[in-house]
Amino acid sequence: MSATDQESETNGSANREPSDRADVCVVGAGPAGGIVAHSLAERGHDVVVLEAGPRFSFEERIRRMERHQRPAFDQADVWEMGGERDAFSSSGDLNYPLNDVRVKGVGGTTLHWIGYTPRFHEKDFEMDSRYGLADDWPIAYEDVRPYYAAAEREMGVAGGEDNPFAPPREESFPMDAFPASHSDATLSTACEELGIETHSIPQARNSEAYDDRSQCVGYGTCHPVCPSGAKYSGDVHVRKAEEAGARVLDRVPVQRLEHDDAGERVEAAVYATPDGTEHRQEARQFVLAGGAVETPRLLLLSESEQHPDGLANSSGAVGRYFMDHLLHMTMGVVSEETRQHQVGFSTAATHQFYDHEESTPGSFFVAFLNYAGPSPVELALENGAWGDDVVDAVSREYGTHVGTEALVEQLPDAESRITLDTSRTDDHGNPVPDVAWSIGDHGVRTGERALEVQREIMDEAGARITWSTSPRQPLSGSHPMGTTRMGADPETSVVDERLRTHDLDNLSIASSSVFTTGGAMNPTLTIAALSLKAADHVDEDL
Amino acid sequence: MELTRRDAIAALAAAGVAGGGAVLVASDRDRGSESNDDEGATNDAHEDIVETATALAPVLYPSEVDDAAEFVRTYVTGRIENDDDHRTGMADAVAALDAHASEEFESNFRELSPEQGDRLLTDVGLDRVRPDPAGSDLERIRFYLVNELLYALFSSPTGGELVGTENPPGHPGGLESYQGAQR
Repeated sequence: MSATDQESETNGSANREPSDRADVCVVGAGPAGGIVAHSLAERGHDVVVLEAGPRFSFEERIRRMERHQRPAFDQADVWEMGGERDAFSSSGDLNYPLNDVRVKGVGGTTLHWIGYTPRFHEKDFEMDSRYGLADDWPIAYEDVRPYYAAAEREMGVAGGEDNPFAPPREESFPMDAFPASHSDATLSTACEELGIETHSIPQARNSEAYDDRSQCVGYGTCHPVCPSGAKYSGDVHVRKAEEAGARVLDRVPVQRLEHDDAGERVEAAVYATPDGTEHRQEARQFVLAGGAVETPRLLLLSESEQHPDGLANSSGAVGRYFMDHLLHMTMGVVSEETRQHQVGFSTAATHQFYDHEESTPGSFFVAFLNYAGPSPVELALENGAWGDDVVDAVSREYGTHVGTEALVEQLPDAESRITLDTSRTDDHGNPVPDVAWSIGDHGVRTGERALEVQREIMDEAGARITWSTSPRQPLSGSHPMGTTRMGADPETSVVDERLRTHDLDNLSIASSSVFTTGGAMNPTLTIAALSLKAADHVDEDL
Repeated sequence: MELTRRDAIAALAAAGVAGGGAVLVASDRDRGSESNDDEGATNDAHEDIVETATALAPVLYPSEVDDAAEFVRTYVTGRIENDDDHRTGMADAVAALDAHASEEFESNFRELSPEQGDRLLTDVGLDRVRPDPAGSDLERIRFYLVNELLYALFSSPTGGELVGTENPPGHPGGLESYQGAQR
């Protein structure tokens, strides 16, 4: 029996019958679902959360950390992703490693995220007005600003006031920023010579004890496992939601949504329990919080006579405009010791290139790695040698690495999209999601500029570059976005500025799938802020 | 360089064994107590694993490590004490390793000298074997014995220092050291 089986059997949620009466049914127990559920349960509403994946025990995290470090296991093994449940296709210009960039379970993808929480900049909401690119969001930075502050408090963000490029804020961060690392000095000095200003990085990681969670102790394995719980993950708010009275069912993937005869209101979420039995959870309001792949997939799976192209899809936009951040990396070695892998998160970056004048190249930022090059533990286990030979091998490879990473903006493109692959089915017989990811010329040209800046920094630092990505072959930033986009026009968008679908009166979406454009900032704080906003609007409707 | 019980407890923490100190007290008590037949069989298997791991240490660990016996005994005892699956996996790997040792040296591995042990691991090609807990005999030996002991060593601060870091990933100490230039 796996640890997960044991956990699910003993977690008190073994009763997977639907609730008789629910005000709100939330689909997905990641950070968005947890925050929505907590916000509404705290206001006295009856909330049921349906989560496809399991409930993981906190005590097992160290075992998962070991799994991450030992070469017998893949990335997806750490949080038990893969298999029929998570089958998918990837048919785009670039391969999309979907199961490496998501976790299904209570806490969702934040169980393995790195934890950075910058706010989007004003320009990210105004791409059409400023540059004639893509579309403006129907809301502005000022509309989201109070929710950003609330999200920073909820998640517990450590940050500094030293970033001159950050958008305006009204109050200090809940915790002080993590100071720069030893290896940051090498690259920051180079930046200074180049006239590039560097600063701290806001992150949902405790620089001191916060919200009954410990200070970071530096296990060095933040991505994909934080054994101490100092890094925020969505299970924090799921637990708070339960304490406020919400009911959370794990291992109950929602199969489809059913609506009334008029096709105007969702009546029930049909979910399957581990033994294959289907149940209907009825509610007055529904909130989809399953991320930018499973959310459009569920809507497409819920096609009906009234909604023949999928639920909430009169615009045809469901699944379209799939975006990610393009991750470009440049790695190298220097002559001095850089002491990498002491911690598993970055502590310095530059947002100097984010707010650009010309339309293209667009936004990107560059951060310095504190985990560049191979981990000494992984090297020791992967090398094959033993005795003095293994020490020689590890010592040759570990010690002087430096690295930079850049997140790069891509524009929404209707042909970059999630569809149903009807040639393959999951463990419940449903067509799997097909990810057709393309990055477009704007993404390529912005990536070229980001790589140029990274190379300038590395050259100035005297680093010998050992590897870098190429402009047309970025890595996935692990930030899927855009597939149920927000807009004022029901002809071209899926949800309105209240995060409610244009087509159904009681269906809202809390996810990066509502982003109209994606910017280049890590998305989770914006997801959390919009989730708080969605919860406010649902509360108004109850 | 001496590897201590304290290092073993650090390694056990990185392997997810909480309360390593309590485990050690229990294991010391068990070794000194009488037992019934079932417990005796379990204790025999336990001892086979510990003794084989102890014999592997001078082969696997660098010459700079003077005496790893207590470290290995402590680590392995903690690792298998309350984990039936891992104990079974390690016992199975010991049996597979002993089969190879018997074929080449007509002896169990724990009775070989370090030189003979090194020759055996080299002769069977373990340096080219990928670890797999559900794989072939050699893949399980690589996972449950060779990589197990290498993980114990290099996830501990003392083992980390052999390769340039006193806070290897998996050890909760990086926050105190990441800003500093010196070890």
